[in-house]
Amino acid sequence: MSRLNAPPPVTVEAPAPTVPPRGRRRRLRRHLTPYLYLAPTLALMVLLMVVPIIMVVGYSVMDNVITNQNPQPVGLENYVEVVTDPVFHTAVRNTIYFTVVSVAAHLVLGLAFALMLNSGLVSGRIRAVFRMIYVLPWLFTVAIIAVLWRLLLNPNGVINYLLDVAGFIDSKVEWLANPDTALHAITFINIWAGYPFFMVSLLAGLQGIPKNLYEAARVDGAGAAHQFWHVTIPQLKPIIISMVLLDFIWTTQQFALIWMTTGGGPINVTEMLSTFTYKLAFSRYEFSLASASAVVVLALSMILAFFYVRHQKARD
Amino acid sequence: MNQSNTRGSVGRDVTGGSVGRDVTAGSVGRDVITRRGLKRAGVILGLMFGAAFAGFPVVWMALSSVKSNTEIFEFPPRIITENFSFDAYATILTDPVKLRFFFNSYVVGLSVTVLTLILAVFAAYAFSRYDFPLKRLLNVVVISVQALPPITLLIPYFGLMVTLGLYNTYPGLIFTYMVFTLPYAIIMMTGYFNTLPRELDEAVKVDGAGPFSALWRILVPLSVPGLVSVGLYTFMIAWNEFLFALTLTRTQDMRTVPIGIQLLMGQHSYEWNEMLAMSVLGCIPILALFLFFQRYFIGGMTAGAVKI
Repeated sequence: MSRLNAPPPVTVEAPAPTVPPRGRRRRLRRHLTPYLYLAPTLALMVLLMVVPIIMVVGYSVMDNVITNQNPQPVGLENYVEVVTDPVFHTAVRNTIYFTVVSVAAHLVLGLAFALMLNSGLVSGRIRAVFRMIYVLPWLFTVAIIAVLWRLLLNPNGVINYLLDVAGFIDSKVEWLANPDTALHAITFINIWAGYPFFMVSLLAGLQGIPKNLYEAARVDGAGAAHQFWHVTIPQLKPIIISMVLLDFIWTTQQFALIWMTTGGGPINVTEMLSTFTYKLAFSRYEFSLASASAVVVLALSMILAFFYVRHQKARD
Repeated sequence: MNQSNTRGSVGRDVTGGSVGRDVTAGSVGRDVITRRGLKRAGVILGLMFGAAFAGFPVVWMALSSVKSNTEIFEFPPRIITENFSFDAYATILTDPVKLRFFFNSYVVGLSVTVLTLILAVFAAYAFSRYDFPLKRLLNVVVISVQALPPITLLIPYFGLMVTLGLYNTYPGLIFTYMVFTLPYAIIMMTGYFNTLPRELDEAVKVDGAGPFSALWRILVPLSVPGLVSVGLYTFMIAWNEFLFALTLTRTQDMRTVPIGIQLLMGQHSYEWNEMLAMSVLGCIPILALFLFFQRYFIGGMTAGAVKI
């Protein structure tokens, strides 16, 4: 931008001497206009995104910050301490399990529901009612989802009752407090909470597939399964890749759901990178260690973001 | 699929849909009808199963919120309680502390929505109508900001908000949420403006008006559906946010609804019906918006992934 403020050297633009001063000023204004429109957004993004990222990287190489008035640089010590922490390893394992299972289930459920809604075998009004019901989980804040499932999964809750009646269990299972079940339970809750995002986008995608592709396939004698794998899936592929990448990014960052159901416990079996980082900062007040962990999380997200951005640009 | 399903009956489906051609083919016809009937039964069964999966927890929450505290975990559970009462709701709605949570959520949610829309319209206008040297770079930044982990920003925000005097204030939360709502809003609105032909704003400029009035008088009025979609989505993100509301506010009078629910959980963990009543009340604004603006909601939700 500073280049624009300086008077342009005459030699660069050959016709410049013949351009009257008013024209030059107008051109300058044309160059500046888009930045004026972007200025409020840029100001906000610099102050609340660029500055904090620089700050967190700075924090991560100090011995301790915020609680300490005179922090000293310690190089990569904090990173070494975080990465060698066994709880960190547990958190990475849990995050991977939680994310991979959630994303896969979101995709399968979202696609199954979208296909059923789009099958044309039920009337429009019935379909609208079902779509409304299916979208419900997406409308709830995580705090409510947590309350909801703590109610259902309570040892004396309705899920245990139903499983008991059906003969699957013979004692009251503490789904969220038992180390053997807690991780599966919160993964299940997250599956319930997240599939509508896939379903709605895939439904829109399904409605955008040209009908003649199916007709052509039928003329060639393709059955339903063949049509699904050779028409539906290839047509949906760009949407599926976008959604899977976004869901991967967001699920690895999930915090509130875990915080409000298990808090990372019992004995770390549901500890995720997000809860691990949060506890370092706001339970142990180890802001520098937490910053190192936060930078690791950032790096992982940026790797995923790289693929996401590349995919989105390829689609344009 | 569209042509045949406005009426429910199988018979009409067959005469209207593409299968109709098979019926005229003769003996195969009856077979096709039964096969289609079977398929339909299967799909309806699947839809019911899905509806139970999605809807049962919600219905159970609503049913439990009108039970007394002792009945909520009764074994075997009762579907409809005999002592049906809205006491829990009355408790919440007469408690000034809890009403304040709702007030705060509305203030923050509405402010974030209005400010996000204004900033996004300006930024999207620049992206849609101008070519400038930094455009590609900024575009990539806007897209990748969606991937920023909130937990990474949380730690510096804590210090930054204290330094700026925004800790435990509305503006602190509002500006924070805008970092997460703006990228999406800009992407959406840029896409929307790109669908409106450039000739429209040129026409205004010929009349001697500047680009600002082209934006304000032509593009914005034509983009109302897009603005509604983005606004709804933005409001929902702000209304539902938890992590920053938890960390960047300290006093009861600044807490939002999600934090209010969590506080109920901690304080008296036995007041289940109050917690459930508060949850039901907390999701009503979003449910109501969704019911009234379903099309826009879905539009906003899908636009990001379907086409950017």
